[in-house]
Amino acid sequence: MTQFNMPTVGEQLRENGISRRAFLKFCGLLASSMALAPSMIPKLAEALEKATRPSVIWLSFQECTGCAESITRAHSPSLEGLIFDTISLDYQHTLQAAAGEAAEQARDEAMQANYGKYVLIVDGSIPLGNAGYSTIAGVSNLDMLKQVAKGAAAIIALGTCAAYGGLPQANPNPTGAVAVADIIKDKPIINVPGCPPIPVVITGVIAHFLAFGLPALDHLGRPKAFYGQNIHDRCYRRPFYERGLFAETFDDEGAKQGWCLYKLGCKGPITYNACATTKWNDGTSFPIESGHGCIGCSEPGFWDFGGLYNPVSLPSSLSSQHVVFATGIGVAAGVAIAALNKQAKQQAKQTREPVNVDQLNREVQL
Amino acid sequence: MSDVLFLQWVKGPLFSIAVMIFVIGVVLRLAEILSLGRAKNLAVPKGNPSLGGWREIGRRFKVDQGTFQQNKITVIAGYVFHVGLFIVMFLLAAHIALIKHSLGVSWPNLPTPVVDMAAVLSMLALVVLLIDRLSQPVKRFLSRRNDYLVWVATFLPLLTGYMTYHHLWLSPQWLLGLHILSVEALLVLFPFSKLMHTFTLFLSRWYNGASMGLRGVKS
Repeated sequence: MTQFNMPTVGEQLRENGISRRAFLKFCGLLASSMALAPSMIPKLAEALEKATRPSVIWLSFQECTGCAESITRAHSPSLEGLIFDTISLDYQHTLQAAAGEAAEQARDEAMQANYGKYVLIVDGSIPLGNAGYSTIAGVSNLDMLKQVAKGAAAIIALGTCAAYGGLPQANPNPTGAVAVADIIKDKPIINVPGCPPIPVVITGVIAHFLAFGLPALDHLGRPKAFYGQNIHDRCYRRPFYERGLFAETFDDEGAKQGWCLYKLGCKGPITYNACATTKWNDGTSFPIESGHGCIGCSEPGFWDFGGLYNPVSLPSSLSSQHVVFATGIGVAAGVAIAALNKQAKQQAKQTREPVNVDQLNREVQL
Repeated sequence: MSDVLFLQWVKGPLFSIAVMIFVIGVVLRLAEILSLGRAKNLAVPKGNPSLGGWREIGRRFKVDQGTFQQNKITVIAGYVFHVGLFIVMFLLAAHIALIKHSLGVSWPNLPTPVVDMAAVLSMLALVVLLIDRLSQPVKRFLSRRNDYLVWVATFLPLLTGYMTYHHLWLSPQWLLGLHILSVEALLVLFPFSKLMHTFTLFLSRWYNGASMGLRGVKS
């Protein structure tokens, strides 16, 4: 992210009337949410102030706009929102005023002016089944992704659909949906999964990228700063899990007492996200706090984890009918084998030859 | 293969196949044993063989003093392992949820750290028993490959379960997947190995008790 003919983030903030004190406070919050040491706050502030406003092109494919809702609505108006203002969002279906050809022209212009330097944000999965399943201005999602990714400095795959395929990829995946990383192999990709991702995580990742470049990623391409913690390990209901106290239904005494939601299908034990720490709606709460189990939305394939309301330990295809069926087969086979054995025994009786001590000794030695 | 696909695979089709093999195998072997039966005793018994059988099933849970004096390690570690394994298998909330899903019956669970401790004690007991088996010449002589295979098949679900609960080393998906896979291996081996003693033990106890319950012929 070097030379752009645009104001820096610092200049833009001053223009918007944001005081240095408020800006440093924001940097402090951001640093703590990214698990950076306090000594990094001035460095973050300095780097952010000097960062140039990168051009951002946001492509929306097979998605529900929930990710865009998350970033625009939940924390607005806030400093995070303003930081987002300080990037030059040159193309975004839902937010841009332009429509039709004018919109596509804006994208072309942004790409030409910042070729090799712009940041590409993608939300939604890409259908490989039939190009007609999802198109923008007559261009298939696949072609548009390849075309725009070519000139991008980095790609942020926003939401689980872009990061791992998400809902469109759920069994039986009718559109042949795939993630960005399944198609683009030669660009740095930051996965910011979630259905939707937490707003502060989205802005935090963008801020980190502006200030320090690519963040450290885990084995699923997620920034470790936000996806390094297991929901179950950070859950405030964890003591109830340890004590073996579980809500059995959503309105029983256990649910009212705030007991663990494991038996109601909580996927916290296999989910990595920042929900339990940063929380949602300006730090108000997160799903488990509202009485609903985690659905594991930041993990690949979460729709196919065997039912949102089934405990993690349940098999996804076995039923009690299988067990009954197997028992029937076992009994039938057992009786058949027993009949054969009886027959063999009777035949042996008829053809029986006496055994002497020497033969027995030989058998024992074998 | 990604950890998620692996987990979906072991939780889905592989688990169904393993359970089917387990159920068919166990029922088949029991049906075979029971339907073959024993030669009928035509003498009218003085005592009550059936009652004797049931009494013997219960009585043999008590430690035999002679055996205990001769072989303390086998008895103590054997008990610790079996009780621990029972607690882990049947009193952990996650396992009860699975049983409820497959068989429709459920019961209360124990606090998780208690089950965790039972798992650790079971694993320690298994290690002690293995060392004992290897260091005692007679036990070593009597041991076959099947015995060691069964030891590994029993130890792995405990170890992977412990790792899953504590989130050790691998991602939770990998760990849970490996845990379920190890249980599937155990289920498949079960009907065709000495693990069948879980069921046949009670048949032989009953049979022994029944013959002792004859108490001669009614006159």
